[in-house]
Amino acid sequence: MSRYFTEDHEWIDVDGDTGTVGISDYAQGQLGDIVFVEVPDEGRQLTKGDEAAVVESVKAASDVYSPVSGNVVEGNAALADDPSLVNSDPEGEGWFFRIQLSDPSELEELMDEAAYEAFVAKL
Amino acid sequence: MRYLPLTPADRTEMLSVIGAPSIDALFADVPKEARLDGPIRGLPLHASELAVERHMTALGRKNTVAGEVPFFLGAGAYRHHVPASVDHLIQRGEFLTAYTPYQPEIAQGTLQMLFEFQTQVARMLGTDVANASMYDGSTACWEAIGMARRITKRAKAILSGGLHPHYVSVAKTMAKYTGDALDVALPELSAETDIDALIAKIDADTSCVVVQYPDILGRIADLTPLADACHANKALLIAVVTEPVAMGAIRAPGEMDADIVVGEGQSIGVGLQFGGPYVGLFGCKEKYVRQMPGRLCGETVDADGRRGFVLTLSTREQHIRREKATSNICTNSGLCALAFSVHMTLLGEAGLRRLAGLNHAGACRAAARLAKVPGVRVVNHTFFNEFTVDLGREARPIVRRLADEGVLAGVSLGRLYPGVAALENGLVVAVTETVTDEDIEALATALEGALEGALAA
Amino acid sequence: MSINQSGWKPTAPAKGEGAAPTFTGNKALMLEEPLIFEIGSTKTTGVDFAEGDVAHDRLGDLTRKAPIGLPGLSEQETVRHYTRLSRQNYAIDLGLFPLGSCTMKHNPRLNEKMARLPGFADVHPLQPVDTVQGALEVINQLAFWLIDLTGMHGVAMSPKAGAHGELCGILCIKAALEKRGEGHRKVVLVPESAHGTNPATAAFAGFTVEDIPATPDGRVDLDALTARLGPDVAAVMITNPNTCGLFERDLKAISDAVHAAGGYVYCDGANFNAIVGRVRPGDLGVDAMHINLHKTFSTPHGGGGPGSGPVVLSEALSPFGPLPFTERHGDGYITLVEEETVEDRHPDSFGRMTAFHGQMGMFTRALTYILSHGADGLRQVAEDAVLNANYVLRSLEDVLDAPFAASGPCMHEAIFSDKGFADGFSTIDAAKALIDEGFHPMTMYFPLVVHGAMLVEPTETESKAALDQFIGALRSVAERAKAGDPSLKTAPHFAPRSRLDETLAARKPVLVWKEPAPVAEAAE
Repeated sequence: MSRYFTEDHEWIDVDGDTGTVGISDYAQGQLGDIVFVEVPDEGRQLTKGDEAAVVESVKAASDVYSPVSGNVVEGNAALADDPSLVNSDPEGEGWFFRIQLSDPSELEELMDEAAYEAFVAKL
Repeated sequence: MRYLPLTPADRTEMLSVIGAPSIDALFADVPKEARLDGPIRGLPLHASELAVERHMTALGRKNTVAGEVPFFLGAGAYRHHVPASVDHLIQRGEFLTAYTPYQPEIAQGTLQMLFEFQTQVARMLGTDVANASMYDGSTACWEAIGMARRITKRAKAILSGGLHPHYVSVAKTMAKYTGDALDVALPELSAETDIDALIAKIDADTSCVVVQYPDILGRIADLTPLADACHANKALLIAVVTEPVAMGAIRAPGEMDADIVVGEGQSIGVGLQFGGPYVGLFGCKEKYVRQMPGRLCGETVDADGRRGFVLTLSTREQHIRREKATSNICTNSGLCALAFSVHMTLLGEAGLRRLAGLNHAGACRAAARLAKVPGVRVVNHTFFNEFTVDLGREARPIVRRLADEGVLAGVSLGRLYPGVAALENGLVVAVTETVTDEDIEALATALEGALEGALAA
Repeated sequence: MSINQSGWKPTAPAKGEGAAPTFTGNKALMLEEPLIFEIGSTKTTGVDFAEGDVAHDRLGDLTRKAPIGLPGLSEQETVRHYTRLSRQNYAIDLGLFPLGSCTMKHNPRLNEKMARLPGFADVHPLQPVDTVQGALEVINQLAFWLIDLTGMHGVAMSPKAGAHGELCGILCIKAALEKRGEGHRKVVLVPESAHGTNPATAAFAGFTVEDIPATPDGRVDLDALTARLGPDVAAVMITNPNTCGLFERDLKAISDAVHAAGGYVYCDGANFNAIVGRVRPGDLGVDAMHINLHKTFSTPHGGGGPGSGPVVLSEALSPFGPLPFTERHGDGYITLVEEETVEDRHPDSFGRMTAFHGQMGMFTRALTYILSHGADGLRQVAEDAVLNANYVLRSLEDVLDAPFAASGPCMHEAIFSDKGFADGFSTIDAAKALIDEGFHPMTMYFPLVVHGAMLVEPTETESKAALDQFIGALRSVAERAKAGDPSLKTAPHFAPRSRLDETLAARKPVLVWKEPAPVAEAAE
C-alpha cells in the first residue's frame, strides 16, 4: 500500500484499485477544531479535482478535492457522529471516503510523503 | 452639532498628533475633481431638536392613524394591542444599541433572548427548530423555497393561490434569477381552499408546495393531506403564517407535518409601522437545519462550565462561505425579534390562547353583522380573525369612499390583484381585539350607506 | 449617654480577604438569569384581557388542542427578566464600540421618539394612499436626500438591509444587461478584501464570482482589474472606502474602464459614513450603491437588525429598480407605483423584493437624523469620523503593526495586524482582553487580506477623551500580547461569561430549549 499527497493537503492510500482519501495532519491543524464533515455518497462519480467533501471548523469551511478520478464506494459514516476524528487521527480513523480509481496513472502527478513534507515545510 | 463631541481645539490637537496640516489633507486620496468644497448646495443646514420634531410631527399628522378610526385592515399586517412594557424594554440601550452578538462574552443578553425566541417560535409553529429571524414574512417565504431547492435538488415550486400576492411577487422576482420554476395561481372567491388542486399538481420535479395558513382570504384548511402528498413525492411542504396570533387557536402547520414553516411575526410586539421593519419567522424540521438561512443561536458552556449561548453553525453564512452561503442575509431583525419575544412572554400560552379566542369571537360577530348588510356575502366558511366579503360590486372605490368617511374598511382584493375582474368585488376584513362592537357597527352602517348609494346610482 | 443599641458600629472599610462564592451565583449587580422556560408557567399571563365569549365556531375542526409550551411571566417578572438580560450586553450607550465596517455611532433618541409618533407607527401599509400622504412624504424626502448626497439619479427604498440592497443593485444590473441582450455576461469581479455578502449576493443572482487581487498598499489592483475586463464581465463590486479603511483612488478610472468594457460598477456603501458630504459616489462613475441606514444614518443596530438598505442608482440603472416606489406630482400629491401601474410607467422594473414599502420605521429615524445634521453637519460627520480613525492609527502604529500605515491617511477605520505578538498569541487574545478593559473589541480577522486583522472604527460620535482611554487600553493590551502575558489567553476575566465553547455548540447544536430529562434517567 502506498500513500500520496496533493498540494491541497488531501492524502490517498492506494490498495489495488481502491483508494482511501482524507486530509493531512497539517491541514487539520490549520483548521482548528472540526465540527462538521460532509462526505460524498456511495456511487458518486468524481473527476480528479472535483469538490468531493466539505470540512468545517467553527470559523471556516473548506472543500476537499478528490485527488483522483473514480467511483465513490464508501463515505466514512463515523464522521457524522464524531467529526473530531479528523483532528485526533486525520490520517487514520478520520478518513473521508473510499474511491475506486478509474485512472491509476493520475497518481503519478501526486507527491509522496517525503515530497509533501518538504512542500509543507516551505508554507 | 449636538451629536458630535469634538471641539475645534480637539481637532487641532489631533491633527498635530497625526501630523496632518488640515482635515483636507486626510482626504488627499480623493481625486480633485470629485472633492466637494463645502456643504452640498441647495440642502438645508443643521437644525435644532425642536425644529426637527416640528417638521416630523407635521408629516405624521398628514396620516390617518389606525387607532383613531374604525379599522379593519389585515392582509399580512395586523393591528394588535402591544403592552407598554414591550416598547420600554426594547428601548433599553443595552438592547437597542448593541450589535449582532459576535462577542458572546458580552452579548449574553441578546443571545439568551434569541435562544428563547427560537424556542418560542418553534413551539408556536410546531417545528423542531427555528432561526433567529429573517427580514419579514415575504423574504422568509422566498428563502424557504430556495432551501427546498437545496434539499430536494429540484427546482419547481408550486405556490397556492391563497398565498399573499406580495409574497408571490417576491418569489417571482427572485426565481427569475435563480432559475426556479414557479407554478402560481390566483385565488377564487369561494369558501374552498385550493388544497386538492395543489395535491393534483405535485409531481416528481416538485421541490415544494407553498401554502398560506390561514390563507389570503382568511380560509383555513387541514394541511395533513397536502403534507402526505408532498412526502409521497419526496417534495417538501412549506407553510406560511402571516398572522401568528392564529397559532393560539388553530393547529400549527408543524403539527400537520409541514417541513418548513415561515411566518410574519409583526402581529406580536412589533406594530404596523407602515410595513416595516417587521420580523420573519423561520422554523423547520431538525434534519434540515444545515440548509437553513440566517443566524442561529445555540447553547454551550464557557471555560468555567457555566451555561452560555453563542451564534452557531455560522459556516452556512455569507461571512464564511461567501459565494457558497445558504443566503446572503447578514443583518436580520433582532430588535423586532426581541419585541416579539417580550410580548410572547407577557402573553404566555394562556394569554395567547385567550387573545386568539377574542380575535376569533370578534371576527365571528363582525361576519354575522356584515352578512346582514344588503348586497354583502361572506365568502368564508372557515376563518380565524380575517374573512372575505363579496360586495357584489367593485370594492376598491368603496374602500376609498369609506376612508373619506373615516372608516378604514379592510383591504380590497382590487388593491392586491389589480386588473383581475373575478376578484374585484372582494374585501378582506380583519378583526382583532382592538376592534370594538361600535367599530363593527360603524363599518356595517357605512357599508350599507355606500352600497345603497351605489345601487341607487 | 444612651448606649447605641442597634449593634451597627460604623468603621472605615477594611481591605477584604477575598470573597466566598455566593449562594445565588450572582455577583452584586451582575445577576444570573434563568430561561423563561425555567421560571415561567404556561398558565401565567402578564396581560389583562376583556371578558367575553371565545367560541371556536368557525375554525373548521382545527382547534389547537395539544399544549404549545409557551411560558408566561407576570408583567413585573417580564420587566425584570429582560432588564437583567440587557445588563449582560455591551452597547454603544455604555461605551466606545470600535467594530470596523459596522459604524457603531451614537443613536440619537429623537429618532426613536419620531418613529413612535402615531402618524408613523400606527399606520397600515395597505391604507388608501389618501390617508398616508405623510408617510409617503417621509419616504420621498429621504429619497431626495439620499440622491443629493450621493449625486445619483434614482433610489430604490424597499431593500430591508445592506445585503438585501446589494441584491437589489445586482438585480438591476442583471435586468439592464438582459434588456441590452447581454445576459451572457456572467462574471462579477470582487476584490479579495470584500465583505462576504458581495460574493454571496452575486452568486445568488446567478453570476460567477472572480477575485481581483489587491496591491501591496491595500487597494484594488487597477491593472489586474482592467486586464480581466471583457465581454463576459457583467459588473465589478467595489467597497469604497474599502475594508482596509482606504479610499480607492482609482475608482473613477476603474468605472471608466468597466463602462468602456460594457459592465457596471456596484459600490458597497457600507462605509459611506467616511465620505458623506465630502465626495459623491455619482461623481466617481458608480452605477449602484446601497446605503446602510443603520450605519451612516444612525438608526439603531438593535442587537442584529432591523437594518435598512436603500440603493441609489445611476441613470442607466434607475429604470430597472424594484416596486413599489413613490412618485411625487406637481401639486405635492404622492402616489405609489405598484404592480398595477408598472406596465405603463415602469415597464423595466425587475419586480418586488419584499411585501410593502421597506423599513418605514428606519426611514423616519434616518430622516430625523439627516434633518438634525443638515448638509453642513453631515460633512462634519465624515470629517470627524476620518479624523478620529487617523488619530487612533497614528497613536498606535508604534506598538501595533499597521500594514497600510504608509499608504497615506486612512478613512474612517484603522487597520492593524497581529504581527509581532508573542508566539501563540493572536488577535482574539487582544480582543478578549479589551473586553476586560471595558470596551467592545474591534472587528477581528476581517478583511481576510490582512493576517490577524484588527479593524478599528471609532466613528465621529466619540470624544477625544474616550479615544484616549481606548488608545491607552489597546496599547496596554498590545504590549501584553507582544510580551506573551499568559493571562491574555484566558481573557475575558471580568465579563458575565468567560470564553464560550463554540466547537461544542456547533458539533452538537442545541437550538431550542428542551425540558430536562427526569433526574433518574439522567443519572443512567
